[in-house]
Amino acid sequence: MSQTRTPTRQEAHGRQGRPITDHDANAINRVEELSYDLKVHEVMTAELQMASPEMPISEVLEILRINHISGVPVVEKGSNLVGILSLEDIVRALQKNDLSASVSRYMSTKLTTVASYDPIVGAMQKFSDSRLGRLPVMDENNKIVGMITKGDITRGMLIALQKDYKEEEVRRYRASHLFDDIISDRTTLVLRYNIKAHDFTHGGNASSNIKRALLRLGADPQIARRCGIAVYEAEINLIIHTTHGGILKLEVEPHRITMSTTDDGPGIADIDQVLQPGYTTATEQVREMGFGAGMGLVNIKRCVDKMDIESTVGKGTKLTMRIYVPTENFTGRKEE
Amino acid sequence: MNLQQIIDHLNLTVLTDPRDFTLIQPDGGYTSDLLSCVMAGAKSNYLWTTLQAHLNIVAVAALLEVAAIIITENAQPDPATIAKANEQGIILLSTPEPTYEIDGKLWEMGIHIQK
Repeated sequence: MSQTRTPTRQEAHGRQGRPITDHDANAINRVEELSYDLKVHEVMTAELQMASPEMPISEVLEILRINHISGVPVVEKGSNLVGILSLEDIVRALQKNDLSASVSRYMSTKLTTVASYDPIVGAMQKFSDSRLGRLPVMDENNKIVGMITKGDITRGMLIALQKDYKEEEVRRYRASHLFDDIISDRTTLVLRYNIKAHDFTHGGNASSNIKRALLRLGADPQIARRCGIAVYEAEINLIIHTTHGGILKLEVEPHRITMSTTDDGPGIADIDQVLQPGYTTATEQVREMGFGAGMGLVNIKRCVDKMDIESTVGKGTKLTMRIYVPTENFTGRKEE
Repeated sequence: MNLQQIIDHLNLTVLTDPRDFTLIQPDGGYTSDLLSCVMAGAKSNYLWTTLQAHLNIVAVAALLEVAAIIITENAQPDPATIAKANEQGIILLSTPEPTYEIDGKLWEMGIHIQK
């Protein structure tokens, strides 16, 4: 026998966007975040089965049976919560063969409630403290507006996570149609990243952002991976070797991806020498961290279709890397 | 051979958040402490055995999408590295044994390189 459930507010209206900062996002995972983000009234069941204090218990038993629930709030004058009658209370009445007694005699009046505007983490806390299965939800005027169970919380989380997933899909869809939607004689998307010298803590951040951007744009995963590796090595080179850091630039066009780094020193004296596998000028300290294998530029060369280095000692270095996108990678259209 | 079996057999300590490791089936392995060599040699869904435990192994693992990093000889990543790994979905495993022995046991378990 199936029961139709009234949609929760969340299902009916969706979750209101509450932007979180990158800093917050780094510290906590999505489910933890949702437990603060989602409010009780968004996931609760608002369609209430209620009992009045005067009702005979046998009548409540019928309500529980029909609705497949294990307890009801006891309410006076429409929305004043005075107690809860659960199956356990009914069992007590049953033991005394007292099912015709009024609800008020057996209901629990020691009430644990949650506020409708509380984040669901508050309700989760109360569930674990009290071992109760359901909690009445009260509005700011202390009137009952719904009931919340652990099941409501799980369902609410799943809906929110599914929505996140859909949003990522929509983002991917939008980004991957960028080159279709914007018409020009030549469309180029340029991404710039400032890389600080000796900032090993953030080493690899720009590369992983670039890889993600390319995947969102609809790039073939293999191409995104090659770009990721090439750009990682170039990023690390800026961190290890430059005097003041440099700029990492990615230019995406439907038929090719161009990555470049520019710095203002120290510059490379002998370019042929730095292209030798195993040649390195990295310090012992840097090498201990696993960098400075002398394989960076070798790796880049392996991953890209074309690599160029221009350098002047005392002025700086410009490294350009290019990958050609064979077919209709970004556009879904064949190149003309 | 799934990652849970490998963790049990090699008695590895899981440093990052728990998850269902039975769903992960590594395709092979790669060993180096030099990040650029790893970049060149490790493929996606490989196990990477290394002595390195600092933050940058996470960036490398994330770019390569390795199945897990096995950090040998009790090298300890700092909390920031573990946090970053959790954020990027990278699995960090730890063992007191040296890399050579871990690699040997992985090979015996049938984790070979598919040519």
